[in-house]
Amino acid sequence: MTPQTLYDKLWSSHVVRQEPDGTALIYIDRHLVHEVTSPQAYEGLKLAGRKPWRVDSVVATADHNTPTQHWDSGIKDPISRLQVETLDANMREFGAKVYFPFRDQRQGIVHVIGPENGATLPGMTVVCGDSHTSTHGAFGCLAVGIGTSEVEHVLATQCLVQKKARAMLVRVDGRLGRGVTAKDIILAVIGKIGTAGGTGYAIEFGGEAICALSMEGRMTICNMAIEAGARAGMVAPDETTFEYLRGRPFAPKGELWDRAVAYWRTLNSDPGARFDRVVELNGADIQPQVTWGTSPEMVDTIGGRVPDPAAIADPVRRGSVERALKYMGLEPNTPIGQIRVDKVFIGSCTNSRIEDLRAAAAIVNGRQVAKNVKLAMVVPGSGLVKRQAEQEGLDKVFRAAGFEWREPGCSMCLAMNDDRLEPGERCASTSNRNFEGRQGTGGRTHLVSPAMAAGAAIAGHFVDVRKDF
Amino acid sequence: MEKFTRLDGLVAPLDRANVDTDAIIPKQFLKSIKRTGFGPNLFDAWRYLDQGEPGMDNSKRPLNPDFVLNQPRYRDARILLARENFGCGSSREHAPWALMDYGFRAVIAPSYADIFFNNSFKNGLLPVVLPVQAVERLFAEVAAAPGYRLVIDLEAQTVTSPQGQVDRFDIDPFRKHCLLNGLDEIGLTLQRAGEIRAYEAKHKSTQPWLFA
Repeated sequence: MTPQTLYDKLWSSHVVRQEPDGTALIYIDRHLVHEVTSPQAYEGLKLAGRKPWRVDSVVATADHNTPTQHWDSGIKDPISRLQVETLDANMREFGAKVYFPFRDQRQGIVHVIGPENGATLPGMTVVCGDSHTSTHGAFGCLAVGIGTSEVEHVLATQCLVQKKARAMLVRVDGRLGRGVTAKDIILAVIGKIGTAGGTGYAIEFGGEAICALSMEGRMTICNMAIEAGARAGMVAPDETTFEYLRGRPFAPKGELWDRAVAYWRTLNSDPGARFDRVVELNGADIQPQVTWGTSPEMVDTIGGRVPDPAAIADPVRRGSVERALKYMGLEPNTPIGQIRVDKVFIGSCTNSRIEDLRAAAAIVNGRQVAKNVKLAMVVPGSGLVKRQAEQEGLDKVFRAAGFEWREPGCSMCLAMNDDRLEPGERCASTSNRNFEGRQGTGGRTHLVSPAMAAGAAIAGHFVDVRKDF
Repeated sequence: MEKFTRLDGLVAPLDRANVDTDAIIPKQFLKSIKRTGFGPNLFDAWRYLDQGEPGMDNSKRPLNPDFVLNQPRYRDARILLARENFGCGSSREHAPWALMDYGFRAVIAPSYADIFFNNSFKNGLLPVVLPVQAVERLFAEVAAAPGYRLVIDLEAQTVTSPQGQVDRFDIDPFRKHCLLNGLDEIGLTLQRAGEIRAYEAKHKSTQPWLFA
């Protein structure tokens, strides 16, 4: 038999029907729902008099609009509140396997709560009206972000109309140096292939450095596959995956667990499987990364400098860099390590899990946030992450250093709630997008790992956490 | 979904690569629970000089005179000419909703981000892919000729310039069929309900833990 990639296996096991031109109906096992991209889908369902196909595939939460402080006073912004209440109402009317509403102990970012509750399992197809659905591929799932029309389509039919993507392997061999993390790997990959490098592909991440990562690290990598243009990123499941899942609320139990694991062990790319493109990096060469521009591909190492547009020949690229530097308020050739920050945000579906908070706390421990930093905040990815961090005393470490310790949610990754940058403010952020205005109109975002964000908070500017801590 | 057959429209050029969906429709406007009304906030941060929030009277806000869509010659444009990787970033379908609500019916670019591309078809917004050289030529022609229009014929898969130069474009036949006829994709899929049920039963027997 022809050797198959992990993607081939996930795809072929979910094809309900395929047309001669390759257009396929793909069956969806898990549908994650949040308040921003679902109201129009439920409305569409109602207007057409349709019912959800399989309510027990739906796992829902409110995360994008929810405040991260003063939970007792509810959601102040009436428009945000209406959106969250609309989700509440849709859940009452249509139902779900489980719904974690605002203020529930298990509420949190949709891409954090799925895995931590065992609602994301190897071999599944997972969709959500959110581009960072690629996160779930860390478990060996086929997980893709979809638009609202597709949310409605999946609710009504349990299927997605798709054409098979091409397969890319990103192999990272070698061992990461101390202080270098999953975030640095994925930023280095995006720096290498560009934000459109993965367009039309499903990316499998493999190699020694990927296998050595925890599930948290793998989720960080797959989360940002979309920033490389790929709708899906994935890692083959292994013992690390099974250990993470064992005993989680929605993970199979007993005899079913054994059967599931036996199946999950088959979910990897066969030796000799063909990829349309292979990208290789040596983990030992990867340095801590910092973005300097307004696209995640505008990235360099902590030892690098802001580029000089005058040295760029291609006019479209030169124009992009000029515009980015103007927006970011940066001079060409500035050493990255001299860029000072006004705010620090540790959170988002990329980096808000327990391991991320531990890595940041290890840097912060016993130190103080620099005077020029107006706000340093930690927003745990979920209520469960928050509770665990508190049990480990991480909240005390952060608070003692001058960080704010907030309630879970998407928060300043996209600033739909009150957490945002003011015009001109510069932020070291563990999130995933440094687009213009992403963290607040006129705000300037530099993407970094949790350790590097913590280092910037303490030093007041970007620093090499390998040397200075 | 609105049908798309033939469009004869004024062209507006947006000369930037990697235009992301946060730029197309900033997040503060995603709080709406409707599909309509996003047009006045299309490209909000570039289009206005002040900070836009939901509920503002957009007609009273100061316009950025440098932004291309604010130039009188591009008023009532129906076709947006753009560069590589248009629509990257978030999956928000509010991006094609905003483009449509503003009045655009088609975008022409060398490449698009996957999710945006997909979302556009679901709403009757045609994302035309042309080679970089052709897009480059169109940018030059738009700049040189006020009132520049293009004719996009979906059936023939052509973009025709005022001088009669024709660029052919490729499109997935199923998507073309749906756009030409304004078909409801959910309705089409539900015609396969029997096959979906059969698949589901088999899937449940091989991976019962997915249904527990």
